Amino acid sequence: MWSRVKRSPSAVFGLLVIGLLIAAAVFAPWVARNNPAEQFSDGLTIDGRPLPPNARFWLGTDLLGRDLFSRLIYGARVSLLIGVAANAAALSIGTLFGTVAGYFKGWTATVFMRFTDMMMAFPALILAIALAAILRPSLWIVALVIAMVNWVWIARIVYGQVLAISQREFIDAARVLGVPTSRIFWKHLLPHLLPTLLVWGTLGISTTVMFEASLSFLGVGVRPPTPSWGGTINESQSYFLEAPWLVAFPGIGILLTSLAFNLVGDTLRDAIDPTLRGRA
Amino acid sequence: MSGYILRRLTQSVFILVGVTLITFVLLYALPADPARMIAGRSATVETVASIRAELGLDRSIAVQYGRFLSRLARGDLGRSYAQKVEVTELLASRLLATFWLMVGGIFFELLIGLPAGVLAAVRRRSALDRSVMLSSFLGVSAPQFVVGLLLLYALAYKWPVFPLGGYGTPAHLILPAVTLGIAGGGWYARMMRSSMLDVIHQDYVRTARAKGAGESRVVVRHALRNALLPVISMIGLDFGTFMGGVVVVESVFGWPGIGQLAWQAIQIVDIPVIMGVVMVSAVAILFGNLLADLVYPLLDPKIRYG
Repeated sequence: MWSRVKRSPSAVFGLLVIGLLIAAAVFAPWVARNNPAEQFSDGLTIDGRPLPPNARFWLGTDLLGRDLFSRLIYGARVSLLIGVAANAAALSIGTLFGTVAGYFKGWTATVFMRFTDMMMAFPALILAIALAAILRPSLWIVALVIAMVNWVWIARIVYGQVLAISQREFIDAARVLGVPTSRIFWKHLLPHLLPTLLVWGTLGISTTVMFEASLSFLGVGVRPPTPSWGGTINESQSYFLEAPWLVAFPGIGILLTSLAFNLVGDTLRDAIDPTLRGRA
Repeated sequence: MSGYILRRLTQSVFILVGVTLITFVLLYALPADPARMIAGRSATVETVASIRAELGLDRSIAVQYGRFLSRLARGDLGRSYAQKVEVTELLASRLLATFWLMVGGIFFELLIGLPAGVLAAVRRRSALDRSVMLSSFLGVSAPQFVVGLLLLYALAYKWPVFPLGGYGTPAHLILPAVTLGIAGGGWYARMMRSSMLDVIHQDYVRTARAKGAGESRVVVRHALRNALLPVISMIGLDFGTFMGGVVVVESVFGWPGIGQLAWQAIQIVDIPVIMGVVMVSAVAILFGNLLADLVYPLLDPKIRYG
C-alpha cells in the first residue's frame, strides 16, 4: 500500500500538503506572524478599507484590520480538528452499526437498512444547518452535527463488507470453537475492515472539511472570534467585490485541504482494490 | 413492473413518515422556543403562553406529532409562524426557481463532465487524461460558495458579462448553474471515463475496429452509446447532493428558491416551514432514487423487477 502511495506523484503532493497543514496548525503561534485577533491600527486604509496583500501583511487584512495570514493559519486548526474529530466519530458510529447489522443479519439488519434508507433521504445539509443554528454551536457541536449526518455512508459500506466477510470459513470456525462475539469483532472482523476504514476515513476528512466550511460560511459553524476559513468568507461576503482576496485566500485553504485528502484517499483506494487501478 | 413501482412508492411513504418523525423530534427536543421567537423580546410571559397555546405547543410532543400527521394526510403542512401564510403556498412560490437551478446545474455538470470523461478515456494515460483527472479532483474539492463568489467577482463585477446575482432571466441562471455544475462535473468526468474504459475493451468494440470502422465511429457509435447510459442513470441519485448545494448556492446568488426559504426559516426557528422544506427535499431525493432504479432495466435487459 505504502509503495503505491510513494509511486503516485499526486498522492505524494497530497501528503506534502497535509504535512504542511498539520505543521502550520500545531505550530500556529510561531508560524503566524501576528496575533490573529489583534486589530492593527495600520491594518486599514485611512478611510477604513482592508489592505490588499503587502510586505507587512502577506495576505492583506480583513474588515477589522486583522492580519489575514495569521487568521488563516489559526483557521487551519479549526478545519483539521473538526475534520478529524467529526470523521472519527462518523467512522466509529458507522462501523458499529454496519458491523452489528452485517454480522447478526435478520431483523437487526432489516431495522438497520430501513433506518439508513431514511437517513439517506434526509437533506443532510438542511438538517445540519437547522441543528447547528438551534444549538448555538461550539467547535465540538459542529463536529458532532457533521458526524450525525456523515456516519450513514460509512455504515452502508461497512455493512456490505461485514456481510461478505462473515460468510467466510474462518468466522464460522471461530464461532464453532466458541470464541466470544466481542472477540470475533475485534480480532477477526475489524482487521479485515481496516483498509476500507483507512480509505473512507481519508476521503471523509475532505468531505468534512468542506461541510464545516459551508456551515461556517452560512454563519452557523464555529462562532467568531475563533478564526475559521468559512467564517472569514462569511464575514467578508458583503465586501468581497472590493476585497476579493478575503474570499480567494481562505478559499484556497479549503480547496487545498480537501484536494490533498481526496488525492491521498483515492490512491489508497486504488491500492486496496486492484480492479479499480487507474480506472475510477 | 407496475407492481414494483407500487411497492417502491409504498416504501417511500413509510420512509417519508420516518423522516418527518426524526425532524419533528429533533426540532422540538432542542432548546428553541418558537413561541418566544414569534412574541419577540419585549413580550410578557402571558403573551408567550397564549401564543404557545394557540399553536398547540403546550401539548405533549406525541399529540403535536399526531396532529401534524393527520393534517399532512390532508395535504396541509400548516402555517408559517413568521409569515402567517400556508406553508404549501410558500413552497409552491419557491419551487419553480429551485427547479430551474437544478435543471441548469445538471445541464452544466453533464456538459462539463461527459466530454471530459470521454476524452480522458480515449487518450488514456496521456497528458490530457492526467489533466482531466486532476481538474476533476479540483472541481470536487472546491467549495461551492468560493466558486460562486469568485465567478461573481470575475464575470459579473470585473468583466460584467452576467448580472450580479438575482433572478428572472436566463442570464441570471448561468453563474449559479455553472457553480453547481463544476462540482458535479468532476464526478461525472470520473464516472464517464471509468464507464468508457469498461466498454472500450469489450469484444464488440474490437469487432467494430476489426471490420475497419474509423476511430471516431468506433468511439461515438459503439463505445459511447453503451457507456453513456449507466452514467446518465446516475443523475437520479444526485438529487440529494443537489438539495444540499442549493442552500449554499442560492444564498450566494440571492436566488429565491427552496434553499433560501429553508435558510430564512431556520434562522427564526419557523418549524412548519423547516418541516415543509425537509419534506420537499426528501420527496425529491426518493423520487430521484426511484427514477434511477427504473432506468436501469431499460438499459440492461438482464435486470428485471418482479
